[in-house]
Amino acid sequence: MSKEHDINEWKFEISNKSNLLDFNLKEIWAYKDLLVLFVKRDIVTIYKQTILGPLWYLIQPLFTAIIFTIIFNNVANIDTKGIPPFLFNLAGITTWNYFKDCLLATSDTFKNNQHIFGKVYFPRVVIPLSVVISNLIKFSIQFIVFIVFYAYYIYRGVDVSPNGFFFLFPFLVLLMGILSLGLGMIISSMVTKYRDLVFLLQFGVQLLMYLSLVAYPLSLIQEKLPMLSWMVEYNPMAQIIEASRYLLLNTGSFSLNWMIYTIVVTIVVFVLGLLIFNKTEKRFIDTI
Amino acid sequence: MSKDIILKIENISKQYRLGVVGTGTLSDDLNRWWHLIRGKEDPFLKIGEANKRSIKGESDFVWSLKDINFEVHRGDVLGIIGKNGAGKSTLLKILSRVTSPTTGSIKSNGRIASLLEVGTGFHPELTGKENIFLNGAILGMTKAEIKSKLDEIIEFSGCERYIDTPVKRYSSGMTVRLAFAVAAFLEPDILIVDEVLAVGDAEFQKKAIGKMKEISKGDDGRTVLFVSHNMAAVMSLCSRGILLENGVISFMGSTEDTIAKYLTNNKETLSDFSQFKERSGNGNITFTKILLGNPNDKTNVFKLGEKMGFHLSFTVNNKVNTNKLRILIGIYNERDEGILRFDSDANANLVFDKSLNEGEISCIMEDHLTIMPGKYSVNFALFNNDVMEDYIAGKVLFDVVNDNYFGGSKTLDTNTLAKVLYKHNWVLNKI
Repeated sequence: MSKEHDINEWKFEISNKSNLLDFNLKEIWAYKDLLVLFVKRDIVTIYKQTILGPLWYLIQPLFTAIIFTIIFNNVANIDTKGIPPFLFNLAGITTWNYFKDCLLATSDTFKNNQHIFGKVYFPRVVIPLSVVISNLIKFSIQFIVFIVFYAYYIYRGVDVSPNGFFFLFPFLVLLMGILSLGLGMIISSMVTKYRDLVFLLQFGVQLLMYLSLVAYPLSLIQEKLPMLSWMVEYNPMAQIIEASRYLLLNTGSFSLNWMIYTIVVTIVVFVLGLLIFNKTEKRFIDTI
Repeated sequence: MSKDIILKIENISKQYRLGVVGTGTLSDDLNRWWHLIRGKEDPFLKIGEANKRSIKGESDFVWSLKDINFEVHRGDVLGIIGKNGAGKSTLLKILSRVTSPTTGSIKSNGRIASLLEVGTGFHPELTGKENIFLNGAILGMTKAEIKSKLDEIIEFSGCERYIDTPVKRYSSGMTVRLAFAVAAFLEPDILIVDEVLAVGDAEFQKKAIGKMKEISKGDDGRTVLFVSHNMAAVMSLCSRGILLENGVISFMGSTEDTIAKYLTNNKETLSDFSQFKERSGNGNITFTKILLGNPNDKTNVFKLGEKMGFHLSFTVNNKVNTNKLRILIGIYNERDEGILRFDSDANANLVFDKSLNEGEISCIMEDHLTIMPGKYSVNFALFNNDVMEDYIAGKVLFDVVNDNYFGGSKTLDTNTLAKVLYKHNWVLNKI
């Protein structure tokens, strides 16, 4: 009755041998509906039973921009080179927020979903992917607010205009999404074993913000702290934010070499993230 | 072709670490990694012993599963039974790819979907309908598949009226109904089910078992792996059984045999009472051995409708001239309700004199055993000349398992309130 099967005849195989490179894109595609539903769930449920609802999407960046303007520009007198400080800060905060939200949310992938992960299998990468996509929608709303203020300043006669290459901005957003996804996957994999990382991440992200040119231009740190400016220059997020302000507000500098560096770092981090994540998802449930 | 092998499990083992797993594992991790880069075996894999829950082991590492091998044919409904901690859930977790095995491999020729818990991923803020889609997608269905079955799912759940209400407003029973309804319409090649029937009210449980039967008995009979402690459900659903014990397969065979094996293994029933201490009575005459059996052999598992008997050996410790014994046997169900009683005074005269040192008394039932399938315990009392000499309670156990006693096409539903069954006839008279 029982036929001898050649190993190649089996359609599926489960074993503990994990091939580092076996990353099943076809399988992820099969779960695309799940991805869409997770995105929908994140968006629909986040502000349920709140009075202001999605308005919270707008309140967070606006208030942060106001406070930054008061502290960095009015109190600390940071020069934004003719750009209205509020608009300058809003551009930095909006882009930074996208990266931060993606990173923090993807880092919790295994911890927050251990209940589902412990009961049913689907490609785990669907979860961080859905986070990056649902945050993209939140980012779009915030970006519209930025445009509204932009239009307001132009209407008021302030001399601001985008760079001719502003249409390349979505590329920067994509870069941020991939970078945060990669970094988030690495951290979430390590969190399954070492919970300390959760605390480290909380304040690490805050520190990183100050190194990411959110509230000041690159030229300022190069001028005032030339000894330490390398810390900012080697930070891919600083390069992305500086470049995005260059595209949107035509201020600051743009260097192709640094952009290529940023792209390379992003790709390396992402691939590394995928490999580690892929390895972790197989048995994290035993250690978490 | 209908009986080809769809699932093959080869040498599956799973090791777990006991105790608190904290940041202290960093040194272990480094150690492991150091062995790995030198091309040596994982040092912690060598340690390990059988996984016995109640016995304190010497190592921090246990094998939750050890060398599991079996094959499943297409269309089989395989019941996996065993005590808590026998490794059932670990096996299902490995099969459903929630965790990976430490050694070994699983090969399959079909898509596996698992139902380790109903309602995985239900979001309280989403409505019933939205949750059907989300849960369905988590279980591996596509949106189009769910859409085509949506009406059926809603109808099966019986939650039509609340379908557009957030699930957080549902009663827990309704949530479970909805969740099971989604799962019931899954259509993988191999379905893995764990204990999900232990929820919901009696009516829904019946519905759920019915649905499971339908799934497994249809034309394209799907392959199902079913884990449960509900022996009645296993009996009525499964075609084959596997008994797991301390992480190894201790028995594999027909469902009936597997359950019988499990019940006898599971129960620590006693038969030798010669050195037994927890007894009361004067002790001048005591039981030495108590055996249960049907006419053919000694057993503690009886089919409904079998004949049952007791074989009691006793020894006389202090002799008196005239002895008149009275034996009382009481049978109690799981809720400790008295079901049957046998009293030798009613129909026997057990008399002997000083010369007897040891004796044996048999009590054989004349009629078929027709008490409800289930677990029973037996109490024995021995009186001599109206004085209690020995009393043993709750140490002898037996099981009655369901059988097609009434000869109809349907097996008896044991989930009723009756305690005793009776052979009977039905007649339809046309007037």
